[in-house]
Amino acid sequence: MTREISCAEAGMEALIEEMQRDEKIFHLSTDAPPPLVQRFGEARVRGTPIAEGALTGMGIGAAGSGFRPIIDWRMVTFSFVAMDQVVNQASKIHYMFGGQTKFPILYRATVGGGVRMAAQHSQSPYSMFMNLAGLKMILPSTPYDTKGLLKTAIRDDNPVISFESTRLLTLKGEVPEEEYTIPLGVADVKREGTDVTIVALAWLVHEALAAAETLEKEGISAEVIDPRTLVPMDAETIRASARKTGRVVVADEAGPTCGASAEISALITEDPATFKCLKAAVRRVCALQVPIPYSPTLEDAVFPDRHKIAAAARAVMAER
Amino acid sequence: MDISPERQREMLRLMQTIRRFEERASTDYVAGDIYGTVHCYIGEEAVAVGVCAALNRDDQIISTHRGHGHCIAKGADLNRMMAELYGRETGYCKGKGGSMHIADFNIGMLGANGIVAGGISIITGAGLAAQLEGKGRVAVSFFGDGASCAGPFHESLNIAAAWKLPMIYVCENNLWAVNTSAERALAVQDVAARAGGYGIPGVIVDGNDIFAVHEAATKAVARARAGEGPTLIECKTYRHRRHTERPTQPDIRPQEEIDAWMKKDPIDRLVAHLKGQQGQLSEEEWKAMDDEILDKVEAAVAFAKASPFPAPERATDDVFAA
Repeated sequence: MTREISCAEAGMEALIEEMQRDEKIFHLSTDAPPPLVQRFGEARVRGTPIAEGALTGMGIGAAGSGFRPIIDWRMVTFSFVAMDQVVNQASKIHYMFGGQTKFPILYRATVGGGVRMAAQHSQSPYSMFMNLAGLKMILPSTPYDTKGLLKTAIRDDNPVISFESTRLLTLKGEVPEEEYTIPLGVADVKREGTDVTIVALAWLVHEALAAAETLEKEGISAEVIDPRTLVPMDAETIRASARKTGRVVVADEAGPTCGASAEISALITEDPATFKCLKAAVRRVCALQVPIPYSPTLEDAVFPDRHKIAAAARAVMAER
Repeated sequence: MDISPERQREMLRLMQTIRRFEERASTDYVAGDIYGTVHCYIGEEAVAVGVCAALNRDDQIISTHRGHGHCIAKGADLNRMMAELYGRETGYCKGKGGSMHIADFNIGMLGANGIVAGGISIITGAGLAAQLEGKGRVAVSFFGDGASCAGPFHESLNIAAAWKLPMIYVCENNLWAVNTSAERALAVQDVAARAGGYGIPGVIVDGNDIFAVHEAATKAVARARAGEGPTLIECKTYRHRRHTERPTQPDIRPQEEIDAWMKKDPIDRLVAHLKGQQGQLSEEEWKAMDDEILDKVEAAVAFAKASPFPAPERATDDVFAA
């Protein structure tokens, strides 16, 4: 049985199911989510002081003491006040202590723009975290993927960050009633095609699919790949598609500099077997490298969309 | 407080073990056998030992960059500690951590930490775990006067007080954050006064008096186990040595100040106390205890030297838990 629910609802279902399954899971966030408080009580689901640095560190200490904390930063914006704990502690602590204890922690954060919230509340900084060793991270694009990946992330024995696109929170999609999980590190081919590969992240998966519809009418068959998890990254699925089509567009809502798009491009071009199959330079479609502005005319100009993705696909098709 | 002579001698043995371990670590660091840096706890031993003597094995602590004393006081193995300093495979962290990252989760030692104030919220999370578990465990955060100026201290105390977490915050106020005096850096000279902002007890003790430290810790532990919430204990103490053992490490502390504190040495004080009590510690017994400690430190060095370095390919192990 499947039904249609939103990404936000899918995420909540994942938390409820996992908290029912494992009593070692508890939840900290500024403002406690009512559906969780109702089911699990105020001891396990705590609305906290606004102290993300402390919450992030407390997750580490509780995880090292046999619990499986979920820390919801809410907007990724607020993770930055906790960066000491993320960078100096969470990402390194398992390795630094010689692997003697596991630190199963889920950190959640919304990312992305498009909701007219201006620079501080419209960020997609996942590549800053990807640059650290020791953190896994997911970036789902559908309700189905959100639920399946979150459940796996909660069961993982490492710190995992779930980046969840603000634009997609209300997006509805089919989710089965039955239990399922999605492994980390497995990309999903959202649409099969033969002429050009579009590797897209989060909201841009949907823009890429819309671009693919347009391109199909022009006689261009686009394949759309969603990596779904940023660490580990499924390089092989991406490379296999690139070898098949020989032409690649990478679409990311973040800016290009040292972004996930740069990592994906490098994974494609540094692999000799894949490089030999390329018929055109890999092209990136990213946000402009600016803080995200407020006014609609400015914000819309800064972000990539289906039109920019389609234009990039046409450009790589035109290359010889 | 009534502490049996046996327990007092055990406290002395642990304090002297910290001192001899670090004297050797310093020597071997300067000789080039130990890498990076070494921060010595010498002079502050009464704090770690006095507090940890009030704890059970399953109670948890977290330490600082000056962490050897807390490890030893909580019961860490000298061989594995020294092997870690020597960068060997048999070390606590398999050679991945060194002096500033020794941890032993099996004895509730959640690690030394290279970031000032970095451990305070982590151990507060262990306190939350203890509260959720409901078995009466407590958690202790060791930190210095410098860390009491940093955000994690204030965020963590607020949360622990608001939630009545079973926490003991132990400030080792050694008057200097590297070469910046507490007199200049702290808005109030008593860190304990900061407890008032969080509605919890703030206790000042002579950190070089092990009995005073132990008594304050015992009270705080009882309060935490009873579910009454955290206590902030400020131990006024002093490091005998420079910030690190690096020979070029500057030390601007006034000589008169150093001399005055050397006279308040916590080990000398405990030895004098025990010798003053009929039949509790003779000079011969003290010498024998010290010799035994020196032998253990020597054995730890031998263990470290006999241990292999980790193979280069181990560098990619343990980035993630399997």
